[in-house]
Amino acid sequence: MILGVSIYEILSLSTILFFIGIYGFVTRKNLISVLMSIELILNATVVNFVVINKYMFPDKLEGAVFGIFIIAVAAAETALAIAIIINLYRQITSVEVEDTTTSKY
Amino acid sequence: MNFSYTILIPLIPFVVFLILGLNHRRIKPAVSGYIGVIGLMASAFLSYFTAYKYFFTVPKLEGVFQQITHKTVWMNFTDTLQIDMGVLIDPISVMMLVVVTTISLLVHIYSRGYMKGDQGYTKFFAFLALFTFSMLGLVLATNLFQIYIFWELVGVSSFLLIGYYYTKPSAIIAAKKAFIVTRFADLFFLIGIITIGYYTGTYDFETLNNPAGEVITNWASTSFMGLSVLTWALILIFIGGAGKSAMFPLHIWLPDAMEGPTPVSALIHAATMVVAGVYLVARLFPMYYFIEDGFALNIVAYVGGFSSLFAAIIAITQHDIKRVLAFSTMSQIGYMMMALGVSGYDGHEGVGYMASMFHLFTHAMFKALLFLGAGSVIHAVHSNMMGDMGNLKKYMPVTNITFLIAAFAIAGVPPFAGFWSKDEILVAAFEHSKLLYGVGLFVAGLTAFYMFRLYFSIFHGKKTNYEHAPHESPASMTFPLLFLAVMSIGAGFIPFSKFVTANKEPFEAHLNYPLAAIAVVTGLIGIILAYVFYKNPTEYPEKCKKAFGSFYKWAYAKFYWDEIYFFITRKIIFNCISQPIAWFDKKVVDGFMEGIGSGTIKVSEKTKKIQSGRFQDYAMAFVGGAVVIAIVLIYIFKN
Amino acid sequence: MEQIIFYILAVVIIGMAIASVTTKKMLRSVIYLLFVLMGLAGLYFLLDYNFLAAVQLAVYAGGVVVLMIFSVFLIHHIEMELEMAKTLKKVIASSMSLVGIATFLCVIWNYDFKVVENYNAIEVTTIGEKFLSVGNGGFILPFEVISVLLLAAMIGAIIVAKSYKLTDKNEQQS
Repeated sequence: MILGVSIYEILSLSTILFFIGIYGFVTRKNLISVLMSIELILNATVVNFVVINKYMFPDKLEGAVFGIFIIAVAAAETALAIAIIINLYRQITSVEVEDTTTSKY
Repeated sequence: MNFSYTILIPLIPFVVFLILGLNHRRIKPAVSGYIGVIGLMASAFLSYFTAYKYFFTVPKLEGVFQQITHKTVWMNFTDTLQIDMGVLIDPISVMMLVVVTTISLLVHIYSRGYMKGDQGYTKFFAFLALFTFSMLGLVLATNLFQIYIFWELVGVSSFLLIGYYYTKPSAIIAAKKAFIVTRFADLFFLIGIITIGYYTGTYDFETLNNPAGEVITNWASTSFMGLSVLTWALILIFIGGAGKSAMFPLHIWLPDAMEGPTPVSALIHAATMVVAGVYLVARLFPMYYFIEDGFALNIVAYVGGFSSLFAAIIAITQHDIKRVLAFSTMSQIGYMMMALGVSGYDGHEGVGYMASMFHLFTHAMFKALLFLGAGSVIHAVHSNMMGDMGNLKKYMPVTNITFLIAAFAIAGVPPFAGFWSKDEILVAAFEHSKLLYGVGLFVAGLTAFYMFRLYFSIFHGKKTNYEHAPHESPASMTFPLLFLAVMSIGAGFIPFSKFVTANKEPFEAHLNYPLAAIAVVTGLIGIILAYVFYKNPTEYPEKCKKAFGSFYKWAYAKFYWDEIYFFITRKIIFNCISQPIAWFDKKVVDGFMEGIGSGTIKVSEKTKKIQSGRFQDYAMAFVGGAVVIAIVLIYIFKN
Repeated sequence: MEQIIFYILAVVIIGMAIASVTTKKMLRSVIYLLFVLMGLAGLYFLLDYNFLAAVQLAVYAGGVVVLMIFSVFLIHHIEMELEMAKTLKKVIASSMSLVGIATFLCVIWNYDFKVVENYNAIEVTTIGEKFLSVGNGGFILPFEVISVLLLAAMIGAIIVAKSYKLTDKNEQQS
């Protein structure tokens, strides 16, 4: 519990971070930038979990532990995504999103 | 008295058609000729047997010939509306069986010689068999619907046979013309059939023709524009019959139908198909006589009379043998229609009906003989025009004698067949209407004149400059000529009134000596005039032509009826009706359908970009949709 | 006091996040992300959740971001400018985000959260015990699952990123 800060403000912060991440995901043309936007989204959700746990259920631990899991999963996923991007780069020598649109009309 | 075996009579030619038609490339021509002849012989013997059995062994009910039907239900719509298929045996159908199978058999034998060497020999015999099947089915029909089905089949066979020389454009045009004109008439026929079916609830002949039955006693129940509905139906049916029988004004197809081979002309356009209209009126005769006091029957009589006069005048001027014979056919059928039209019903008053059927019988014989003889001549000289012929009696004696016999028969000279039947017609006309009697007498004179004009121009004269000397036809062609010549002499002596009458009760027919004498004298005047004009080349024809001037020109051009029809169809119907409809079909209907197609394509071109392959767009749609659903569910459904 | 720190951290986080998604240069974008992550770690410190803050700094800021920087070096020239999306797309995306933010905020601010006042810190020992406890409230199962997941991710990453020279000696020499 932070003194003087209500839960609403922190939840608004996480919401704004989440949607900034979505904006970046939709707008960016580089695959690695898209990956970074995903990181923003995931981090916003971690904040959400931790805050709810801290403010409303102080004697339980689920939110905190789940935050750890999310970080672990996000790290693994980012590593794998970068491996795939590097493999893709080897094939088509480009990491633009436009060049991966083969499943279109 | 089981006559159901008569179903074989039309079925045998149908089987012949199937065999020849399906194998027409594999069968050798000689074999197909034999198959056709043998099949027809079987049918002919069955019909003779049926005639013998019906007229001589089946007992009459109260002195009246019975009408025997065997039928099965074919289509069952409601309890009251059923359409059957079957065979109907009564005097006129048995008579027609005999006529059709005999003439068809003789034409088959004749064609073996006439069409020899032709490329489509087997096809020809297949079509002939198809036609025979259709005509026999028509004759044996038990109800209006069945007769309509076979009516159309006969039309199709006629189309196939007229257009047999399909590489000649004139033959194709003639076949189309025949089919379209008769089809147009059949439209009215169909409307008549449906009207009768609707107002009386039945198509069956037995029910319709019963003089004491519901149909005839209640004829005045519904009326339309002053006449009973049934009268209108009968008039419409007569129009259909007039189309098939080449009555004025639906006669234009018959002269052009001569483009077909001559055996076809003999079979179809002289003896059998063109009398289908007469047969139809005869089949429905009780209805025609009793309904509205024979109003429709009067129309039949006057149309028939006028047609016979019209055709006889044109026949005098024509130079093509087959055209002369075609118009002669139209004229004789006019006689038959007229005879039906003036006929009464009971006993001796029904002499017109009897005379019409008698004339049908004898006319089939001598007209077929005339056509086959003309075919023999054309085969020898390789030309249709009278101008290219002359003095053929030196080269073709058998054809000469038989043609002469037929000419005497048609001119009404006793004791040949035509005299007896024509005399009965004139007697019937005399008792009914003096005007029709006068017309009939005048036409008899004209008939004699133009027929002997034809005879003398072909067989007499002094011509000797033929390129190839014409020779007599082979035995396959002369045998039918001889047979028909015998029939032309002997058929007149058949006591027809003992067999075929309006109310099926036989009566004694007597020869009316004064009227007969007048008719014979008129015929002889015609013959003598033709002898004077044409036996040796003289100036008289030219002088007469100049004397008649423009009337001759009109008659030669068949009174311009072909031009009138062309004008009506091309200038009026095509331009005013067909063109707008075609425009509508092409632009509006097709355009609409095509518009749907191209519109769909355009829309899909625009919307296919949604599937862009970019996952970011998909994510945007996903998130946007989730937000929208969240808004909707939270705020709008909260209450 | 904490309030002021919180607001400063919030401004930093949001500002750096916006900068990260809108900048034209690749490396700067990664560095801004780094700052976002560090700001978030600070937030966790404020929330008395020291362990998670440490994990965040170690794993994210130290591991993931370094990984990204290396991959950026592998793929780009540093001076290369990134292509930006078309204006229409930016407008649509930003308006959609704003609508989304508005929705979420409306929902959140209208809800009555039952806040429990407390100043508990979340201790590492408690977390450690709970991870390995098989009793009530234990997280041993997710713990094992996560370890399997990490193993799978490692193996997957090796396979995916391997060059052909090591796999098919006979077929390809890449």
